[in-house]
Amino acid sequence: MSGTPTRSEEVARLKPIVRRMREHVIRMITAAGSGHPGGSLSAAEIVATLFFHTLRRRPGDPTWADRDRFVISKGHGVPIVYAALAEAGELPVEELASLRKLGSRLQGHPDRVLLPWVEAATGSLGQGLSLALGMALASRLDGDRYRVFCLLGDGETQAGQVWEAAMAAGKYQPANLVVILDYNKVQLDGPVHEIMDLEPLATKWRSFNWKVREIADGNDLGLVIEALDESGRGGGPWMLIAHTVKGKGVSFMEGKAAWHGKAPTPEEAKRALEEIAAHG
Amino acid sequence: MAEATRAAFGRALVRVGGTEDRIVVLDADLASSTCTKPFADKYPERFFEVGIAEGNMVGVAAGLALAGKIPFAASFACFLAGRFEQIRVSVAYNRANVKLVGTHAGIGIGEDGYSQMGLEDVALMRTLPNLVVVQPADGIEAEAAVEHLVRHEGPAYLRLTRQKVADVSPAGYRFEFGRAVVLREGRHLAIAASGAVVGHALVAADALAGEGIEAAVLNVHTLKPIDAARLTEWGARTGAVLTVEDHGIVGGLGSAVSEALSETGIPVRCHGVRDFGESGTGDALYAKHGLDAPGIAAVARRFVADLAHPRERGHATGTRRGA
Repeated sequence: MSGTPTRSEEVARLKPIVRRMREHVIRMITAAGSGHPGGSLSAAEIVATLFFHTLRRRPGDPTWADRDRFVISKGHGVPIVYAALAEAGELPVEELASLRKLGSRLQGHPDRVLLPWVEAATGSLGQGLSLALGMALASRLDGDRYRVFCLLGDGETQAGQVWEAAMAAGKYQPANLVVILDYNKVQLDGPVHEIMDLEPLATKWRSFNWKVREIADGNDLGLVIEALDESGRGGGPWMLIAHTVKGKGVSFMEGKAAWHGKAPTPEEAKRALEEIAAHG
Repeated sequence: MAEATRAAFGRALVRVGGTEDRIVVLDADLASSTCTKPFADKYPERFFEVGIAEGNMVGVAAGLALAGKIPFAASFACFLAGRFEQIRVSVAYNRANVKLVGTHAGIGIGEDGYSQMGLEDVALMRTLPNLVVVQPADGIEAEAAVEHLVRHEGPAYLRLTRQKVADVSPAGYRFEFGRAVVLREGRHLAIAASGAVVGHALVAADALAGEGIEAAVLNVHTLKPIDAARLTEWGARTGAVLTVEDHGIVGGLGSAVSEALSETGIPVRCHGVRDFGESGTGDALYAKHGLDAPGIAAVARRFVADLAHPRERGHATGTRRGA
């Protein structure tokens, strides 16, 4: 193999991975009988691009000192990360069925002590950006040896700590920090704009001295790859506002708050898997 | 010599910062008060001033720790306690190697009043698995505790005073994490004290000795894990343990000792702060709340008397029952 793959080659390579990750999410949450499918499915392209295109990592070695860090601040969306780890060969696919069960490494929300690949325990929403900023500052002290990526949920940016961290990153300007906001527009109790509107969102982040880039369709692999390629070269802190669809890939889940935190029945899971297979 | 334990902490931080470059320090606009400023001046690239945003400070500290640094994150004890949720998940659950430093502990801070007084911090920190809690009694011990915490792998909470406290540690003192220090032996009662009040407990023991009450005094600098063995030993030798602390009566040293001795049958009485604090000089507040030497002696005296006449117990518990 020679040369760097073109973007369309990367899209073609990642597409089946994304499809299988969505299938893993549906299967593991169904097996668990509880979980958060909506916010896992909306972030599938983002997480797949990170794990299979962007992140510098060493297979089998989650604690390699120079690895790029990825913090999923929206901890309830961690099934999509478990799915990526399974696709990457870091977790046996069969282990996904242990999600949320007693004794499993696959906690309902991430636990770094049990599973170092997840980098940090999150799920108490609003805390992940501070963690990622701390890692980015450590990287800078060590000579910018690695980059730090953080996935924020849209709803959690209603938390004050996110803006404390945004202000601090605006002050310290860590060039190696890239934050992706999974703007799927729906949170547990309903539409984000009704619960507590975030707009004008890009303006807010710009005013906190961040570089802001909107991804018009965060479920379009080509656009996600393009945005992460650009921001991953430095010049941050970067805020990539990815416009996504909650429950993406499963028609009866798309855009529905009811599917924020509910497991499908076996019949619903069957339909969901058929749709994912058909469109993926 | 008398010195605020926060001042000793600040001095120790500069020293350990010179030999361990993984040490970083975070502050939330209180560097002059928490005494992290000398470190900031000497090692500006390893100092992060995050502004009045303690929740973010705790999270950034956790991120730095997860990336291999040894962060000391300092603020007033009450403001750290107020960020319990960040400490709970980002620090403790992650087993992040963060050293949380809460200064201005207790009513001893005086004039600033209740909103600036750490009175619940030990209670909250003690609930978290993985997190250890240390409260030095003087400057000597504070310096030694800082050195120990640099080597201690895992989250820790260090509780310090605003006000000067007299030295109680003997010459050549060596800090032993988790091991209560017997500062004075006695046979009628063991006073287990921690932090600023240890010195007052020693003075109280002197006064009691003049009345024929021989009180042992233990400096419980490690509040978690509590030294159950030594407390049980001295409780058994003297027949009773009186805990003394400048902290709310719920959840602090008194609770820790009560939990540790709950199956021994040794009587424990807890003495601490039973209400919100208020403005006044630190000395006046200690007198009002019975945390100065005469106040501690009075509580000890009543405890011994109650033990001698058990039928009267319940009528003469001594201190106010506010909390």
